[in-house]
Amino acid sequence: MSEANAPEAEFTRDELMEVNAARALAGAKTCFVGIGLPSTAANLARATVNPGLVLIYESGTIGSKPTALPLSIGDGELAETADAVVPVPEMFNYWLQGGRIDVGFLGAAQVDRYANINTTVVSRGDGKPEGRLPGAGGAPEIAANCGKVLMVLRHSTRNFVRALDFVTTLGHGAGPKDRAALGMPGAGPVAVITDLGVLRPDPDTAELVLTELHPGVTVEQVREATGWELRVADEVGTTAPPTAEELAALRALKAAGKK
Amino acid sequence: MAEIRSLDDAVADLIHDGDTVAMEGFTHLIPFAAAHEIIRQGITDLTLARMTPDVIYDQLIGAGLVKKLIFSWGGNPGVGSLHRFRDAVENGWPRPLELDEHSHAGMANRYVAGASKLPFAVLRGYRGSDIPGRTDTVSTVTCPFTGEKLAAVAALNPDVTVIHAQQADRAGNVQLWGLTGVQKEAALAASRVLVTVEEIVDTLEPRPGGITLPTWVLDAVAHVPGGAHPSYATGYSVRDNAFYQAWDPVARDREAFTQWIETHVRGAEAAARTAEGANA
Repeated sequence: MSEANAPEAEFTRDELMEVNAARALAGAKTCFVGIGLPSTAANLARATVNPGLVLIYESGTIGSKPTALPLSIGDGELAETADAVVPVPEMFNYWLQGGRIDVGFLGAAQVDRYANINTTVVSRGDGKPEGRLPGAGGAPEIAANCGKVLMVLRHSTRNFVRALDFVTTLGHGAGPKDRAALGMPGAGPVAVITDLGVLRPDPDTAELVLTELHPGVTVEQVREATGWELRVADEVGTTAPPTAEELAALRALKAAGKK
Repeated sequence: MAEIRSLDDAVADLIHDGDTVAMEGFTHLIPFAAAHEIIRQGITDLTLARMTPDVIYDQLIGAGLVKKLIFSWGGNPGVGSLHRFRDAVENGWPRPLELDEHSHAGMANRYVAGASKLPFAVLRGYRGSDIPGRTDTVSTVTCPFTGEKLAAVAALNPDVTVIHAQQADRAGNVQLWGLTGVQKEAALAASRVLVTVEEIVDTLEPRPGGITLPTWVLDAVAHVPGGAHPSYATGYSVRDNAFYQAWDPVARDREAFTQWIETHVRGAEAAARTAEGANA
């Protein structure tokens, strides 16, 4: 047995999240990639489950094939390895709004039980001014126009909140009919992948339900890290631990990004 | 027609207190040297527009020259917050900062309307978002053909747009390539345009995907090699990711930031470097 086949203890919660986020892209054709965790997942998917996945970054690159994780959505390697580079208005109008992208992959600062997203401001209470987050970026229209949306973020009561301080980006509103009522072309969030497990919207209510736990995580841990009374599926699955190949690919991408 | 001028002359002539200034460049070709010249000249009460404020606007905001920001995503890409931007918004230091906030799609279309000399642009955007409640530059229109309700965003027409490009010829025609972002729209939307360039050449050779801005839509071209650092110019330099990471601790601390600006921007050494660049 080589070290690459070492037992389960040798991966982190973050790696579980990243590997499972990458697996969620199996079968996708095109992915509009946010920077940070979504970019890690999308590039890992290209190295593992989906070598032909077309990565699209809002800086205008279509079909980027970086060998290292980019620090920004506009690193030179994303453009140099792309099939095409288009101006930013064209990216948002023709490619995104034109309905040509399968999956939008987003992170979030705050998410609520209907997978609505806040990346704008957080209330700090006590009459203090709002805490400033980066803002909307591409997210409102990525979530509206991509065929479906995947989300990836770390699980804590700071991030998984009862009520958003601000709705930057609509997930499912307050129920399954809200997106259709607003005329949103895409299906919206279909999975939220965290460092504890996976949540998916209930088809009848659109509320996020815990459907899978990562190995070694308990339902109680996820409940404690969620700011609302979390619904749990009747049968909660367990995600498969990362394979040696997945871990090696993930670590190689990260190591290359630090050079 | 664009005149080829020194950076300090062009900035002094084209950018004035109280102007609305767009300094664009989507990660690539960000005109940092021009922003530093604005800081040296102390041009103030500016309204700055930019899709991704980035470190360039963190520096202008922290230097106290900005009263309002029109933007869609304010962060240090891949690193974290823009601390000078946050300090201005959250604590009013060194002065309060008014915000006009959009999504990327909205900002891109505001420039498209501006370049097209239309009063607004339409998009299927902002649905279900609280953003329109905070700005008077997003509204709704009904399509006269289908009845669909769409977002309308007001045209953005800056007084001045500043961009960085790879090359200009001696007549002041400019070519840029690689990630071309929203620079063409921002330039054509503006009343005045300043372009800093890596190199001045006898003849511009067309590049795949390149954009040419003819001299007669520009006001000034300044020769500023390395003028996009720490961002980059495809064919000339790579993005200095280490600088963006190193910026975080500098910007977190008001004193460290002020010292950085004094040393690297206002200081004599920096001015000399710019002059050397202009004469190269």
